[in-house]
Amino acid sequence: MQIRVEVNGLRIEETVSSRLLLSDFLRHQLKLTGTHVGCEHGVCGSCTVTVDGAAVRSCLMLAVQVDQAKLSTVESLAPGPQLHPLQEEFRKAHALQCGFCTPGILMASLDFLGRFPEPTREEITEMLSGHLCRCTGYIPIVNAIERAAPRLRTSP
Amino acid sequence: MKPGPFIYTAPDSLEEALELLDEHGGEAKPLAGGQSLMPLLNMRFAQPAVLVDLNPVPGLDGIVQRDAQLEIGATVRQASFGASPLVREHIPAAATAVPHIGHFVTRNRGTVGGSLAHADARGELPLALVALEGSVRVASHRNGERMVSADELFVTHFTTSLSDEELLVSSIWPIADNDWHFAFEEFAQRHGDYALGMVCVGIRVSNGHVSDARVAVSAVTDRPVCLDDAGAALIGHAAVPDAAREAGAMAATAVDPHSDLHATARYRRHLTGALVERACLVVFEAAS
Repeated sequence: MQIRVEVNGLRIEETVSSRLLLSDFLRHQLKLTGTHVGCEHGVCGSCTVTVDGAAVRSCLMLAVQVDQAKLSTVESLAPGPQLHPLQEEFRKAHALQCGFCTPGILMASLDFLGRFPEPTREEITEMLSGHLCRCTGYIPIVNAIERAAPRLRTSP
Repeated sequence: MKPGPFIYTAPDSLEEALELLDEHGGEAKPLAGGQSLMPLLNMRFAQPAVLVDLNPVPGLDGIVQRDAQLEIGATVRQASFGASPLVREHIPAAATAVPHIGHFVTRNRGTVGGSLAHADARGELPLALVALEGSVRVASHRNGERMVSADELFVTHFTTSLSDEELLVSSIWPIADNDWHFAFEEFAQRHGDYALGMVCVGIRVSNGHVSDARVAVSAVTDRPVCLDDAGAALIGHAAVPDAAREAGAMAATAVDPHSDLHATARYRRHLTGALVERACLVVFEAAS
């Protein structure tokens, strides 16, 4: 099937098989390997991307379902050498070690902080329940998101 | 972990979606938010020949108030449902159940209609619909529309009374009068995990006394059910902690949960009582 989709600001037209997962479309067909695939059944959260601004699990969507949509993957956060404020805070807070879960958490946080610009630590923790991280113990991730929140309120 | 082959269809209208379901019967599966169906496809527990994607179907994503009820279209996302001012004002019990459903990200995609049609006995929205005595609007190509009460909809875990060619097009949530107060309580080992126990309690209070009550439970049963005896135990009593404890004790005796890796039957029974008691106390507080 033919789909037209905007990925990280770039409009593209691709032919996809109807059973191709969005996560595999991004990684294998578009070579956007920043989106990681962990469990492939919606539990780990590492494949999270945004579709029309809303964070979704890309392993639980078909590529054919994003026809006419606007997608953002982790690659969109820092197109140049300057890191996105979220990424900067993750680095400063040591909010990652192996980095496998990070792309998903960053993309979920982007949508989360857009809708809840002043979250409590409890709300951040609740949001993170959808993301498995086996390195950090989560505390540094909560710290990073908490510190990124005021920066995202002032800069888009 | 990739879905097996299927024919993907994206109908432009409800009529076309119903025709597809009629044509393919049990071989077809409607796809709404996909937060339960897609994992089943990826793991190949489900291998339907035809997928009928409801997302492009216009008219299924509305939240409409009609007299004393809210009608929620099948593809309204759980996140939109929980954030809707109409839902928060008129059916707050359902709104408070939403944060317990999966996670922030899955609620962006998961739908109200999908949760109801999936009929997971650990689903929050099926329990809320039963507690609020709601119903669903069902349509089929051959027989048109019919209404099914929540009580008749849920048969057992993962099973509804709908036939293969029928589609759940919306859910109807009655708006209770101001004397009614509801509370939703659940316990899961980690936030977003499948609940070990969940309850929704509704109490109508007049002059400090309970005049009507509903105690509904799920996850400890094979489908959401109203425990009539526990509800009846509250009626006529003052809205005080003793009454809450009594209702909890009745609820704990009324259920017959199973044991598994996550918890013993005895634990689940105790949890049911504790959750009912807690929900009653929340409701009493709201009513006072």
